[in-house]
Amino acid sequence: MTARSRMAGQGTALLPRRLGRIRLGRLPLHLVVIGLIVIWLIPTIGLFVNSFRTAEAATSSGWWTAIFQPAQLSLDNYAHVLSQSDIAPAFVNSLFISIPATIIPVLVAAFAAYAFAWMDFPGRNVLFVVVVGLLVVPLQTTLIPILQLYGPKNLNIAGSFLGVWLAHTAYGLPFAIFLLRNFMGSLPREIFESAAIDGASPVTSFLRLALPMSVPAIAALAIFQFLFVWNDLLVSLIYIGANVQNQPLTVVISNLVTSLGGGWEFLAAAAFISMALPLAVFFLLQRYFVRGIVGGSVKG
Amino acid sequence: MATVSFEHVTKRYGEVTAVDDLTLDIVDGEFMVFVGPSGCGKTTSLRMIAGLEDITAGLLRIGDRVVNDVAPKDRDIAMVFQSYALYPHMTVRDNLAFGLKLRKVPKTEIDKRVADAAQILDLGKYLDRKPKELSGGQRQRVALGRAIVREPAVFLMDEPLSNLDAKLRVQTRAEILRLHQRLQTTMVYVTHDQTEAMTMGTRIAVMSDGKLQQVGPPQELYDTPVNKFVAGFIGSPAMNFIEVATVAAGDGVRLEGPGVTLPVPDRLRQAIGTAAGRSLVAGFRPEHFTIGGEIGATAKFAATADVVEYLGNEELIHATVAGRDIVALLSSEHRVKPGDAMDLQVPLEKVHLFDPESDLSLAFQAAS
Repeated sequence: MTARSRMAGQGTALLPRRLGRIRLGRLPLHLVVIGLIVIWLIPTIGLFVNSFRTAEAATSSGWWTAIFQPAQLSLDNYAHVLSQSDIAPAFVNSLFISIPATIIPVLVAAFAAYAFAWMDFPGRNVLFVVVVGLLVVPLQTTLIPILQLYGPKNLNIAGSFLGVWLAHTAYGLPFAIFLLRNFMGSLPREIFESAAIDGASPVTSFLRLALPMSVPAIAALAIFQFLFVWNDLLVSLIYIGANVQNQPLTVVISNLVTSLGGGWEFLAAAAFISMALPLAVFFLLQRYFVRGIVGGSVKG
Repeated sequence: MATVSFEHVTKRYGEVTAVDDLTLDIVDGEFMVFVGPSGCGKTTSLRMIAGLEDITAGLLRIGDRVVNDVAPKDRDIAMVFQSYALYPHMTVRDNLAFGLKLRKVPKTEIDKRVADAAQILDLGKYLDRKPKELSGGQRQRVALGRAIVREPAVFLMDEPLSNLDAKLRVQTRAEILRLHQRLQTTMVYVTHDQTEAMTMGTRIAVMSDGKLQQVGPPQELYDTPVNKFVAGFIGSPAMNFIEVATVAAGDGVRLEGPGVTLPVPDRLRQAIGTAAGRSLVAGFRPEHFTIGGEIGATAKFAATADVVEYLGNEELIHATVAGRDIVALLSSEHRVKPGDAMDLQVPLEKVHLFDPESDLSLAFQAAS
């Protein structure tokens, strides 16, 4: 006899029955959520299954047939991708681009967010509105002017890592400042006042109080920014372009497809190789990820 | 150790005047309480001492130094906030030591002061905990401790007890008083609770609408309030007010109002004058009512009990006098029941009279 049925037998059936009703009542909700997740994941699952199939198999039958014919599956695509000589350096390049292009904007945004939230200076609100307003500028409109600025006649940093870092910093800052300012603005004012009486300068208040208290928001932002940069193809393609030495994973993978559209089965495998690191990052920092998103609304 | 003095200090936010021409000297070592209803300017005044608010006009001195433009950290003050404002990511020890570290106090000295404060406030066991692992009362003590370790010239406290439950509030109140006796440092304490003000203050400054109404020791405010506001604010339950007018009687006047008559008190005879028909407001404290018997010259009321709140040795009686509500605190031996008709009296020397236009006490007007 289970504990629950024993309780029911003793005339305290109310509690388990009520629990049961709640569960039943939530069933439609769970079904809807599960349904949405499945629909959301189907393309990815399809791509994942196809990444183990040959091009012929993939074009002649649906990916789900492979579930019943496991013989179709092989690791050949992965072997092919990994045997490409430029994959390993590209992976390193991706890290080389992503890590600074995450740290720089997050750090700059943290300074800016503190100033916008807690320091009095003329034009503070107007400036903040302008910064947030930059969110509406499509990234694509900036490509040509910035590339000209990066060109040999001006800064001469086209094709270098520095150029991509700066570009990603600029593209990431409006959202980063917006998110962090709102989080820092929700920290209690008295803490900063108390620190000012204790003798803390604005820099000390920022480094010793605002920064450590904003860790959840900063972590969430860092994850967003890292994923954005890691997955980015356009910005790297434009600013690194043909400089093969510095090309990140996304650019190299897109080059696997020939101009006639052949070789896309390798693309599927490569996509999952490229996904491995962000997935790991996500699962490791998941706690902060969720906390940061609700961080502004629920003061912790 | 220091004095704090406001000299015609005014604080405006745009059109709103939060503190209006405040002049007040806080004596060295004094426990000064700012009290008043919400929005009366008491917290703003405190924050001006702390340097957290700019001063629009006037001079503020701490000791001999004018501090209008001195940064908070250079004013040699420490402040306890209503919300405690502890640093959530630091342990209690780090919270206590933070201000000292910033001031580059030697490590051994910091350790000693933290240990002393922890001992005074009984925080020794909690030094390595974070604020979120502490109860409300413990957090409050950490906030106090953070002020103590600084050894400031002036302690500022902004409603530090308002987030505690009733029992803890009484305990902490005593703790703060003990602390004051021990340190003998100037303390400025803000509260909206007149009981807290009465029990704690060496002197109390009553504020309303940004203006200082009266400042003095608790008993002075209770016995001789300068105006109707102070009379109504100090004392619990609050003073009853009834409009009265002078009526010709014999060769002088007496005072009459709906359901109440009283002879003119000698001390106020001159201030009241001899003309009939002058309106005044009479104030009676609930605890000064007696029922029945003759106790010399008194103000007499014909009252009907409405609601009786039994408090043990006393009863709080909500009664009506000619349609007006009054509150009387009587010994419970009288066993008043709702609906009872009562002859209430107040000794003449306990009666307060106010001018209805200026709201000033006649006793105060007579003296000035």
